Amino acid sequence: MFMKRKKASLMLALLLMIGVLAACGGNGNNSDSGSNGDEVSGMVTAAGSTALQPLAEEAADEFIANNPNVSVTVQGGGSGTGINQVASGAVNIGNSDVPSADKLEDEQLASELVDNKVAGIAFGIVVNEDVDVEDLTVEQIQKIFSGEITNWKDVGGKDLAINVVNRPASSGTRNTFEKTIMKDVKINDSIGTNQDSNGAVEKSITSTSGSISYLAMSYMVEGKDTALKTIKIDGAEPTTENVVNGSYPLWAYQYMVTKGEPEGAVKSFIDFMVSDEFAAKAGEMGYIPMSELQGK
Amino acid sequence: MNDHKPINYWKSEYLGRILVTLCGMVIVFTTLAIIVFITGKGIQSFTVSGISLWEMISSTNWSPNDGQYGALIFIVGSTLVSLGAILISAPIAVALAIFMNYISPKFGEKVLRPVLELLVGIPSVVYGLLGVTILVPFLQRTYGGVGFSLLAGIIVLSIMILPTIASLASDALRGVPPQLLEASYGLGSTRWQAISRVVLPAAKKGVLTGIVLGLARAFGEALAVQMVIGNTIKLPDLLTDPTATLTGILTMDMSNTLNGTAWNNALWSLALILLIMSFLFIMIIRFIGNRGAGK
Repeated sequence: MFMKRKKASLMLALLLMIGVLAACGGNGNNSDSGSNGDEVSGMVTAAGSTALQPLAEEAADEFIANNPNVSVTVQGGGSGTGINQVASGAVNIGNSDVPSADKLEDEQLASELVDNKVAGIAFGIVVNEDVDVEDLTVEQIQKIFSGEITNWKDVGGKDLAINVVNRPASSGTRNTFEKTIMKDVKINDSIGTNQDSNGAVEKSITSTSGSISYLAMSYMVEGKDTALKTIKIDGAEPTTENVVNGSYPLWAYQYMVTKGEPEGAVKSFIDFMVSDEFAAKAGEMGYIPMSELQGK
Repeated sequence: MNDHKPINYWKSEYLGRILVTLCGMVIVFTTLAIIVFITGKGIQSFTVSGISLWEMISSTNWSPNDGQYGALIFIVGSTLVSLGAILISAPIAVALAIFMNYISPKFGEKVLRPVLELLVGIPSVVYGLLGVTILVPFLQRTYGGVGFSLLAGIIVLSIMILPTIASLASDALRGVPPQLLEASYGLGSTRWQAISRVVLPAAKKGVLTGIVLGLARAFGEALAVQMVIGNTIKLPDLLTDPTATLTGILTMDMSNTLNGTAWNNALWSLALILLIMSFLFIMIIRFIGNRGAGK
């Protein structure tokens, strides 16, 4: 008898729990469908590039504060994931470091996608602090990454072996580096090491003597800029002014890829990303605001 | 009070049996589904993208931007790092298991077992971080070079799989009937003779299962190894050279390539190769075990 009663109470507890859960689910659904007014409302989902993610998240926070009827979700995953997801319709915006056509083989699909430029990112050539070179020419950088120059003494430094650190071949950062600096020269993958992320590159640079790599300037704010030594390219430092006046070559646009032209809440969000209102914040976070890049 | 009631077969027999069978079926189905899916995706690079299978497993030229998909470096890298880890950790793990069960059971039960269980629970990214912050700089100072190396991968991996092998080997040793031990003592053997000639052979199957699971984990481990091995696309000449593994390339490139492109298909093929290699090595170990047992 005792056992039976215990079982019965267990069942009751289970039923109660299911009821509570169901109620929760119901509430969740209700809050999704925003009220219809003159203001923008709806849901915006974005995924992809981890380089653009911090900026998109910051923009999302400010955008939601101004438009309480909109929910914006920003996720990482990598540029490829972003374009995959927007092409399949799983998200509204695919964040990417490269134009979608660079990644896609299917031309039919590529023509459906629209690349919206939302910001620029400059990349810095970073070295370990024991490297005493301050300035490299594009040609010298090409020779270092193709394995032709293997010692810092050949580019005006002290006698120290060069340790090259690359990003993997599919990385957007590496693609930008290849396009703007290496051009027709191939990166030699059998020298040096490959590191998966900005964080891993930073760790590797600070711990390996004579090492050199490339890092997004947006990653080097908040004290990290002091731990890493940045080298000038042809005498130019990676600043917004130098990118705008064309003397610093290592930079790229960041894209928010949409399927078809953006509409509704998605359009308002992308407009906010490139607005003058948000430009100061973007500059502060190490990105180059679109307003600075007009006419480039 | 239930003595005269007819037995409810539904409740006392069938319900349990159906539940257990169902769970078994679900696992078998899931495993099969995963294998079918990876195979389906993996052969697309040969059927759709036109990459030659022979080129993939025999060429060392991996540069997807130029349409070269030779994966030999990664296959060799994965094999070396996994076998290296097993060679280091299997003997230590078996020794640990013997120590825990026969040499110092009290200490083993109170200290070693909980420590091993704790080690199993540490996430692989933590092992990787420790490897990058402690092991890699140490190797750099000792052997020169960058420190990111095959050796670093082997060491990190062997520490990771040690507790898996040790706890399974320990369970196997504990399962050996005490009569066997007593009988060998009775025949005048020393403790070490009894352990090495009687107990270990009797527990061989369980110990091998531990090694198989350790090997499977070694092959599949991506993050920790990727963080310390350097991911250089080159066959290693020395233990201290950096190289790359199948899992490392998969984790680095999978999220940045698009479904349906030749590059993405080639990555799925790498996953298929990894699966097949893992099966092969497990079968080899089982084969060795069965042959020994047949004697």
